[in-house]
Amino acid sequence: MLDKVWADHEIGDGLLYVDLHLVHEVTSAQAFEGLRLADRRVRRPDRTLATADHNVATGPGEPDELSRAQLEALDRNCAEFGVRLYALGHRRQGVVHVIGPELGLTQPGMTIVCGDSHTSTHGAFGALAFGIGTSEVEHVLATQTLPQRRPRTMRITYAGTLGPGCTAKDMILGTIGQIGTDGAAGHVIEYAGDAIRALSMEGRMTIANMSIEAGGRAGMMAPDDTTFAYLEGRTGAPADFDAAIERWRAYATDDGAAFDREVTVDLADVAPQVSWGTNPSQVAPITGTVPEPADETDERALEYMGLAAGTPLREIAVDRVFLGSCTNARIEDLRAAADIIRGRRVSDTVRAMVVPGSAQVKAQAESEGLDAVFRDAGFEWRGAGCSMCLGMNPDILQPGERCASTSNRNFEGRQGAGGRTHLMSPAMAAAAAVTGRLADVRELVA
Amino acid sequence: MRAVRVVSGPVAALDRASVDTDQIIPKQFLKRIERTGFGEFLFYDWMKDPAFPLRRPEFASAPILATGRNFGCGSSREHAAWAIQEFGFQAVVAESFGDIFRTNASKNGLLIVSLPETDVRELLDAAPAEATIDLETQTVVLPSGRTATFDVDPGIRDRLLNGWDDIALTELRTAEIDRYEADRERPGPNVLAL
Repeated sequence: MLDKVWADHEIGDGLLYVDLHLVHEVTSAQAFEGLRLADRRVRRPDRTLATADHNVATGPGEPDELSRAQLEALDRNCAEFGVRLYALGHRRQGVVHVIGPELGLTQPGMTIVCGDSHTSTHGAFGALAFGIGTSEVEHVLATQTLPQRRPRTMRITYAGTLGPGCTAKDMILGTIGQIGTDGAAGHVIEYAGDAIRALSMEGRMTIANMSIEAGGRAGMMAPDDTTFAYLEGRTGAPADFDAAIERWRAYATDDGAAFDREVTVDLADVAPQVSWGTNPSQVAPITGTVPEPADETDERALEYMGLAAGTPLREIAVDRVFLGSCTNARIEDLRAAADIIRGRRVSDTVRAMVVPGSAQVKAQAESEGLDAVFRDAGFEWRGAGCSMCLGMNPDILQPGERCASTSNRNFEGRQGAGGRTHLMSPAMAAAAAVTGRLADVRELVA
Repeated sequence: MRAVRVVSGPVAALDRASVDTDQIIPKQFLKRIERTGFGEFLFYDWMKDPAFPLRRPEFASAPILATGRNFGCGSSREHAAWAIQEFGFQAVVAESFGDIFRTNASKNGLLIVSLPETDVRELLDAAPAEATIDLETQTVVLPSGRTATFDVDPGIRDRLLNGWDDIALTELRTAEIDRYEADRERPGPNVLAL
């Protein structure tokens, strides 16, 4: 699949054409300034879309001066260079990796880049999508291309079927636990197996999203009927949809294709996962205990997390619950969490919030009454943005606070200096919210 | 971008694996809209610890940072490369690097050198002993006097050695891009028509 997309987009030796460039406030200001200084323009505004997500406030209160200046810079730059912007308050605003797919802009066989590492999300559609830095953002704005070496290929095949209470998030956390945070470095991952084909697009996006947490350059999945059904009728979908499907089908990997590396993940070994450390490979099944440290990295992680080896994970109390991020803030994620929350209360010792992935996800959830489910249970119901996934806005953990989070990174200080993050699925985060500790969601649905 | 050829001097040692870009420059410093002003916030949270290696006086003027494998993993923030450079490092040596960080560094003339684990270990253990990195010959003279070699993408090597601007180089190929758009561009969504 990578070879086909690559061949379609390689202009000449090592220069790759970009079909869609997504832009946000945090990694673009210096790129636009570079264009201005060199008297360059945006080559293809029709293939460039900006939104405000990383640094927007999702609750009441004014942003600080620097945040406001950064958002204003995006407004100004988009106006000056003719780039379409979905700013805060626009009905299509949201996390960049949520709105691309939901607008139907993310399509099979495309090349998609964005100044954000979780651009890998779009690979769920059979696109080649990867994160870039600000200098590369400037390069794409100016030329619609990127100098690129072809990455190596790696196929991760899932054997078996997902157990009860397990989701796409558990599949990818289990995978990263197996191969490590640099297990896919230098590679584009192709995810394969019946368990992938059985997933919804939302689930596939959760997996592709976290490819970067395994060090992968990108993650791809073969487009199929699930992909096409998701795209049909969306704003950006092609007018001649049947013809598009014919083109898209051709991107699936041919039988017998060779990969530089092959990995198999046995789903029989995957129970609902939670992370216990400070990188996404430090995960364990919820039924387990905090493991004995294997090296200095583990020791450091346990010290930072304030955990002792041998502690049952289900005894770990949490202070906060964050349901959000480009990994798990789509409508299906909110529905899964609401199913656990319905008729229950957030524990008295927990502060919980839902940050929908986009204004459209928020509106959809409200039309289904999910906001009432969350609010009645004691959750805060917020506006769309990246929020506490990276804590640029005021949504942060206090030092020592422990959070059950549906996001993608449990790095030290990621959600706030001194904050302690446990990654998990939306249903597991909901279970943590109502029990006040890390909990096995299977015990709440039995 | 300034041309880079040789980086020589004391080595600072940060003996940790998988140092992510969130540690290199935490998110609260990503609100700036300039390319400068990040150096003083390098490893902001870790620097609060008096025992943090980069606070050791003997590392203060080191132009080379030696560190553990998978350095610069995580977020794509180019601010990480800017901060390292502004702090005073001209080269980072490790067994491996996050892909996006490696590219970001190359766009700013921050030299990224991958060496086998034993060579990185020598640098870490001997720090602040001096080393010399030569991009042209793709060699590192280690503190013991032994010479190690490293691989680098030939395109990136040429660009760094000559201090060439990436965008200007691609603009030399504008005719090729025009031809691609005329003949081969895939149908795709028009963002302006949404």
